[in-house]
Amino acid sequence: MTATTEIFKDTDATTAPQFKWWSSRIAIYGALILWSVICIFPIYWTLTTSFKLAPDVMQGNMVPWVDYTPKWRGWESLGLSPDLIGETSTVREEFLKRFWNSAIVAISASALAVVLGSLAAYGLSRFSYRFGFMRNSDISFFFLSQMILPPVVLALPFLVLYKSMALLDTRIGLILLYTLMVLPIVIWIMRDQFQGIPVELEEAALVDGLGIWGAFMQIVLPIALPGMVAAFILSLVLCWNEYFFAALLTSTDAKTLPVMVASQTGSQGINWWSMAALSTAAILPLIVVAVFLEKYIIKGMAAGAVK
Amino acid sequence: MSTEGDLLHTVTSDHISASRKQVGRLMVWISAGLFAVLALLQAAHEGGRIALGFETWRPVLYAYLVWATALCAAQVITRGEAGKRTLFVLPAVLFVVSLVVFPLLFGLYISFTDWNLASQDGAQPNGWDNMRQMWNDSFYWNALKNMVYYVLAVSVEYVIAFGLALLLNAQIRARKFFRVVFLLPLMLSPVAVSWMIGKSMMEVRFGPLARLARELGWDSPSFFGTPEMARFMIMAMDAWTFIPFMMIMLLAGLQALPKEVIEASKVDGATGWQSFKEVIFPLMLPVSVTAIVIRIIFKLKLADIIINVTSGGPGGATDSVTSFIFREYRDRSNVGYGTLLAMVYLVLIILFITVLLKAVSRFMERPA
Repeated sequence: MTATTEIFKDTDATTAPQFKWWSSRIAIYGALILWSVICIFPIYWTLTTSFKLAPDVMQGNMVPWVDYTPKWRGWESLGLSPDLIGETSTVREEFLKRFWNSAIVAISASALAVVLGSLAAYGLSRFSYRFGFMRNSDISFFFLSQMILPPVVLALPFLVLYKSMALLDTRIGLILLYTLMVLPIVIWIMRDQFQGIPVELEEAALVDGLGIWGAFMQIVLPIALPGMVAAFILSLVLCWNEYFFAALLTSTDAKTLPVMVASQTGSQGINWWSMAALSTAAILPLIVVAVFLEKYIIKGMAAGAVK
Repeated sequence: MSTEGDLLHTVTSDHISASRKQVGRLMVWISAGLFAVLALLQAAHEGGRIALGFETWRPVLYAYLVWATALCAAQVITRGEAGKRTLFVLPAVLFVVSLVVFPLLFGLYISFTDWNLASQDGAQPNGWDNMRQMWNDSFYWNALKNMVYYVLAVSVEYVIAFGLALLLNAQIRARKFFRVVFLLPLMLSPVAVSWMIGKSMMEVRFGPLARLARELGWDSPSFFGTPEMARFMIMAMDAWTFIPFMMIMLLAGLQALPKEVIEASKVDGATGWQSFKEVIFPLMLPVSVTAIVIRIIFKLKLADIIINVTSGGPGGATDSVTSFIFREYRDRSNVGYGTLLAMVYLVLIILFITVLLKAVSRFMERPA
């Protein structure tokens, strides 16, 4: 601590660092705000466009209530506007069916992947196995190597196989494939989780008379729950957004939301408001998830990064 | 990854009677026999040799499920505690093997046939014809070449993502707000993104980006007119969705860095840039490599945006391998040829990733 004698801090020597500090602040916040705009603008654009009419789209009006008056036209085409919500509407039923398909497929696939993946990850992090020539590290590698398998390699064989098993255009078929798709990621996250839990906990549980499955269920699972939630949410995002398999393997019954969005893009022309409403409805659930469960998503993605 | 040897050591003293073992083995063999009989029956039925059989292969699938369940149950019955341990991994292994290995083998078979789903004939093996067709298919090679460009674009994404991670790691207010905002693009489905950005914001007449471009003096903005421009736009859209992914991984790495080292470099008089170049960046190398490798793996699957925005055009300039095969199937139902292309792509990917990982591990072991 030095006793300062100056009262007025405006000599060159004292203002220079301040100026430097302020300029770096402005640069940092400028960059942050610039990138925020890049991230937010497309979402904002889609949301506002869903309340526009043709003239508003053509004049490029941006700000609702200032440039133009919001109208429910876009949402009416989905049967989701306030004055249509009470009536029956085939468009809405169609949309809700797709939405429901997406939700069921994404949730069940993620749940199945988390169950299978957690069990496998726990086994691999605690016991040593030998299946033929494969030891633990080989089995781990076998699971993780599925990540590099491009979907297109499996798509056509699955198309043929599903056709012969009458699984084409069913939700079960999609659930199986999506589970397969996210399983490596779940195993990766969960292995990291379990390795962070001290083995002594289970040893104590075993001494107290639990079996290995009892110890897993009662001791390990509650501790690993945040990791499982993270893996579940990450899988949910991936499954909800998946388009490639859904486009190939579904046609009428099990069509998911992304396929519906994609099939509308070509036909609508300049009918932007309804496309915008549909897109908004498709992305809204995940935006809600992102805002409220951001912690878990970040935890999941960071799991593999920091060893 | 030193997971050899039991970490959780259990001493078990099971006395499993011979008859119990017998029951377990019998379960597996009976269900396997059922599965085999049903599969043979159905194959004969499909081949037209016998009338007895089912509409579809669905019952065979059920028999397989029964066999898989019996196998899992038999682990515990025949081997007691050791079987319970196996039960952790076995379901996942069975799941992956039946959904990957079997379809891959099946795919290998159809890739050497002239199977076209539009024709009634079914599959006829046609030897190396598909391979020869592939050799002369300039669109496929073009798609592979595009993949090289797309993968190279990862380096730019990495720089931006690193910059953003550093920004988020700086002393800022409202960090959580910015983190959520920066994360949002990753949440959006590529299909929605291709409409939101590719089809509406970049629309030539009314899209806000086209308006902006006109303001900036580009008279007739067309974002997908020239091959280079179109490819760049696809890269930009894909980058927009996936930069948050790398950013989060890098941010996690930055936050795990030892604070002392960075402070020590500050005390030694390093400027911001020096401490970044000499301290932070080398310490971040492992995380960076992980992030880049995973990003490349995701990049190799790139398709949704291309299918929905340009469908490969103009003239195949934006085609990725996946989108090309997708159209090969969609437009021509050419399952046999499409599968061969996918198989070749898989082999190329495996070679590429293996070399990449080898190079990376060599590079990381080298003393810096």
